[in-house]
Amino acid sequence: MSFAWAKEYKPASGLTQWLDEKLPLPRFVYNAVGAGYPVPRNLNYMWNFGVLAGFCLMLQIVTGVILAMHYAPNALVAFDSTEHIMRDVNWGWMLRYAHANGASAFFVVVYLHIFRGFFYSSYKAPREMIWLLGVVIFLLMMATAFMGYVLPWGQMSFWGAKVITGLFGAIPLVGEPLQVWLLGGFAPDNAALNRFFSLHFLLPFVIAGVIILHIWALHIPGSSNPTGVEVKAESDTVPFHPYYTAKDGFGLGIFLLIYCGILFFAPNALGHPDNYIPANPLSTPAHIVPEWYFWPFYAILRAFTYDFLFIPAKLMGVLAMFGAILVWFFLPWLDTSPVRSGHYRPLFRKFFWFGLIPTMAVLFYCGGAPAEEPYVMLSQLASLYYFAHFLIILPLVSSIEKPEPLPFSITESILGKDESAVLNATPAAA
Amino acid sequence: MVRLFGPLVGLFFAVALIWSFGNGAYSAISEPAAPTAEHEFHLHPKDVKFASDGALGKFDKQQLQRGFQVYKEVCAACHSMKHIAFRDLANLGYSEAEVKAIAKSWGTKQPTFDEKSGERAERDNIPSDYIPTVYYAGQGVPPDLSLITKARHDGGAYVYSLLTGYQEQPAELLKKFPDSKTPDGLYYNPYFANLNLAMPAPIASDDQVTYSDGTKATVDQMAKDVSAFLIWSAEPSLDKRKQTGWAVLGFLLAATVLAYLAKKNVWADKKGA
Repeated sequence: MSFAWAKEYKPASGLTQWLDEKLPLPRFVYNAVGAGYPVPRNLNYMWNFGVLAGFCLMLQIVTGVILAMHYAPNALVAFDSTEHIMRDVNWGWMLRYAHANGASAFFVVVYLHIFRGFFYSSYKAPREMIWLLGVVIFLLMMATAFMGYVLPWGQMSFWGAKVITGLFGAIPLVGEPLQVWLLGGFAPDNAALNRFFSLHFLLPFVIAGVIILHIWALHIPGSSNPTGVEVKAESDTVPFHPYYTAKDGFGLGIFLLIYCGILFFAPNALGHPDNYIPANPLSTPAHIVPEWYFWPFYAILRAFTYDFLFIPAKLMGVLAMFGAILVWFFLPWLDTSPVRSGHYRPLFRKFFWFGLIPTMAVLFYCGGAPAEEPYVMLSQLASLYYFAHFLIILPLVSSIEKPEPLPFSITESILGKDESAVLNATPAAA
Repeated sequence: MVRLFGPLVGLFFAVALIWSFGNGAYSAISEPAAPTAEHEFHLHPKDVKFASDGALGKFDKQQLQRGFQVYKEVCAACHSMKHIAFRDLANLGYSEAEVKAIAKSWGTKQPTFDEKSGERAERDNIPSDYIPTVYYAGQGVPPDLSLITKARHDGGAYVYSLLTGYQEQPAELLKKFPDSKTPDGLYYNPYFANLNLAMPAPIASDDQVTYSDGTKATVDQMAKDVSAFLIWSAEPSLDKRKQTGWAVLGFLLAATVLAYLAKKNVWADKKGA
């Protein structure tokens, strides 16, 4: 993999030489995120979020494993054991706040990573597999986050679990038995809490596995870049280390400043107060809302309020909610424009900034609002645009749009001219 | 295939949404949602400041002790505080001897069970005991107060507003919603979500408690003090959290400046990015 001019790992000491012969782990790291991985030299700060997402996963695993040492996944004591962590475990409050806000931070970073992909069409050939694996990671994250939110066994934990597992009940014929089977009962209780805890512990490691595939797939064509023009010569690239390790280090600093600002000064701002009330199956909260990162999809779920062609509204909502994410799998084949970067696609750019982004903002807002007018009608219009954007507008734009001229190479886009690339123009070796 | 079926799927969802939108719009016009008393007369919490507010705020321990006194003498008759142990009260500035005395003199005792004789009895509380839960036989369900300020929007301000918000039901409300008269045994309070609650105004008159530090025990003062105490009980680590936060942010700021300089240095020979 990688390019012909990628630097080769040379063990410096006797020990690393010995290690390189037996288990070339340093060589592997060197080629993956070291000087042996040539990366386009023009990446902007939107390319920081992959590394940050990896950092968030590690953060969640470390804090989560320690929290699991003190937490008790039993419906009778789960709530109190969470408070025990907050009050009696040394620095337990910090661990739990770090973990709860870490989930939010993970989603912020991943949403930015995904929207980077939308704007620069990172999903296009030859990078379809990276994109597909990315969507898988996102789905796994959603499942993990949902089950994690159930664990404190507060009111929103319980009722969120009830609503979300209730979605499976919308499936014709098998729905209700499936829901009972998933929960291990007719309503969320000890059986559900226990299995959610088990899966919540397992899934992050599955995510880590898919991330390895995601990065492996990335290293075959190499990273995309803001021009969308493929790497042509060595002058288009810089070694990952030290150039991007330094840049990612700075990005990590900014990220941690914001994250710790919330963690230490507004740790409950992103949560719902009702989750500090112990779960009570006999008292339904006035407004059941999921965590903020699910709001856009929750809005789509609730946008379908009337049965359509013999399809119950609830089933339509469930289909649409899952469809809203599944549609991302087909992006590489829906967007057929040969130009990748939104910078050179005037029409696409307009639909991105004035269509998709405001739509997501409206869906986000409506998903967190009560199911009343005008929020329901607003989310119906926004959902309409959401599906139209990906399934109708994107293919149409691709075929009618006249892209702006592309730079000859990455080097030219930065320096204004590129003599070496003209002389050495060779296709990138896979 | 994708380019053939994609737009069809898109159209399917689009038509279903237009169907829902149209039906919703029709029923919104033909039978608009009736206004409710809760919707029109419910008030957001009053604007009130606490010493612990903001990034630099710290608990006022004198106030917390006063608030604890109000809890002990007024609220504790009906409301439990099961996440707080007597030992935690040392955080309010009480000495070890004072904590012991508070535990020993606490009205509700710890139940005991003698396994040999099968006898049930009671003993005095000790500092390691959690505040015993209260069994309430009257109407309504008094919630445990340990976490109440975290479990409500605008926690401290909500509790303060509720305690000072009792009033006669406005005539305007009864005129507009004749069916919404406060039922017997309930009390009108616009800061409560459904306007009527089973708890009568617990802090009803000045000097209901006698503060030992000379602070005048007005209704407003007592309500504020007990709200401050409940902010503490929901998160005793609040002061430590903010202190730690400043140290962490200071370190991160320095580290980020260094990281920025390192990045600038590394990229010095490459134009762009």
